[in-house]
Amino acid sequence: MSFDVQTRKKDFPTLSREVHGRRLVYLDSAATSQTPLPVLDAMDGYYRTCRSNVHRGVYQLAEEATDLYEGARRKLAALVGAPEHGVVFTKNATEACNLVAYSWVRRNLGPDDVVLTTHMEHHANIVPLLHAREDLGFEIRWIPVREDGQLDLEEAARLLDDGRVRFVAVGHVSNVLGTINDVAGIAAMAREANPDCIVHVDGTQAVPQMPVDVPALGVDFYALTGHKMCGPTGIGALVARPELLEQMPPFLTGGEMILDVTTEGATWAPIPGRFEAGTPMIAEAAGLGAAVDYLTEIGLDEVRAHEQQLVAAFLEGLERIEGVSVHGPRDPALRGGAISFKLDGVHPHDIGAMLDSYGVCVRVGHHCTKPLMRHLGVNATARASVYLYNDLDDLPPLLEGLEAAASFFAR
Amino acid sequence: MSLDDLYQEIILDHYRSPKNRAPSLEGEDVHVHHSNPLCGDEMDLRLRVADNAVDGLVFDGEGCSISQASASAMTVAVIGRTLDDALDLAEDFRRMMHGEESKRPDDLLDGVAFEGVAKFPVRVKCALLGWMAAKDAIETYLTGERDHEVTHDE
Ligand SMILES: Cc1ncc(COP(=O)(O)O)c(C=O)c1O
Repeated sequence: MSFDVQTRKKDFPTLSREVHGRRLVYLDSAATSQTPLPVLDAMDGYYRTCRSNVHRGVYQLAEEATDLYEGARRKLAALVGAPEHGVVFTKNATEACNLVAYSWVRRNLGPDDVVLTTHMEHHANIVPLLHAREDLGFEIRWIPVREDGQLDLEEAARLLDDGRVRFVAVGHVSNVLGTINDVAGIAAMAREANPDCIVHVDGTQAVPQMPVDVPALGVDFYALTGHKMCGPTGIGALVARPELLEQMPPFLTGGEMILDVTTEGATWAPIPGRFEAGTPMIAEAAGLGAAVDYLTEIGLDEVRAHEQQLVAAFLEGLERIEGVSVHGPRDPALRGGAISFKLDGVHPHDIGAMLDSYGVCVRVGHHCTKPLMRHLGVNATARASVYLYNDLDDLPPLLEGLEAAASFFAR
Repeated sequence: MSLDDLYQEIILDHYRSPKNRAPSLEGEDVHVHHSNPLCGDEMDLRLRVADNAVDGLVFDGEGCSISQASASAMTVAVIGRTLDDALDLAEDFRRMMHGEESKRPDDLLDGVAFEGVAKFPVRVKCALLGWMAAKDAIETYLTGERDHEVTHDE
């Protein structure tokens, strides 16, 4: 392994604690990642040294705070290869998806239009569209998921064929199956069928664990969230083509986002400020900036390589346990760090409770992907997800806990 | 808090060999379907009433050991009771799940074994699923309605 995981582990204070008298084994980074010291320090530093509002004061403190905030934008933009003014801070990926739904979808689509999405989306990428459909009456088409956990792109081609699809919403990496979707390919297919089609990608699970160059993907919108990439909760971003943002009206309105306000009306600030109403999440931006530095220093290609090795070992270990079957692609090259599985005869809740007693944190439930759960024919799954601070020592406690669950709950 | 507080032997017995678990009920008066939006668990409950009392009660569905065992213990405790009495018992169980002492431990029968679940807040909904479905079935019956679907997020 090319970066030293043991050293990196020490950067994450939570990982050194115990639960139920056992070493904590954190396998839920797909839900939220742990926070490294430089991120904690950056947030603390804002509160201790330059707490003030941004974009307003003419004094030193306010300039420092503004630098932290805008510096984070610059770093995040560089991380995903986007221009700075194409990065809008939101409170999370969900808000980024809603910004697209409110300021683009609801302003541009009508009853004769078609939206294309997939069965493997997180609710954040589906519900804003279902909600908009109630008001606008457009059609939604769904790309099915194949048996092997991949999107059925042949069916996607058929769904695009009549040229009526004007908006595509697709996830980059599935939070349940781990599948890495060919979003560049899907964007190209969509544009071939309809050159005016707008493509929105939910990149929440991709940015934390692999290099992403948004302009190179050829997509229009790209949503991400800070708390899954070593950053704090409370901040995310919408990365967007600036030309598109320019044409869009604001989503939330109020202070900070205006050019002028009279009793007659208001005019909007230039992008990206137009989409950032009110006092923003300044400490969180400082933390996210530090998280981007942290990931950049390790290198996301290294993170990805590390995860692929771990995923290979975890898949092998899990499938050795009788009754365990893994959902999603088998080939680590085709998937990210989230591994959903079922254990015959044992409900995911019970798996989670047993693993907890072994100090192992996994997520159980529907993972905000109910259409995918229906497709898989289950109500819930258990999901273990690995990240840059996990290593092979984290596998045995997982397997031990699963063996225990299998015998304890055997009927 | 240890796993044993949660998974008492009585609970595991109900889980392994549930009572009154069936997909249909002869002469059913009311069918309710409850689900838990947090974990996606689903439960169908069927009620038959005679002389203003619970004459038949079966459950079916998918869920964790706690939800399945609790529903099983619930049916045993509730069958034979008058509708009002069954509602009162359901309320007693609900209060117990919120940390209060049961006023009717002798009537809850195996239901008292679930007292420890109150210490695991995320599992309280699991233990309540069957009881709240029973309450809903009885109330549905009393209003004269016959089918009811509820997403349970108390
Ligand atoms: C694929 C995917 N999209 C969107 C989200 C929503 O992220 P957030 O809750 O930070 O808005 C998540 C996280 O739960 C996710 O895994």
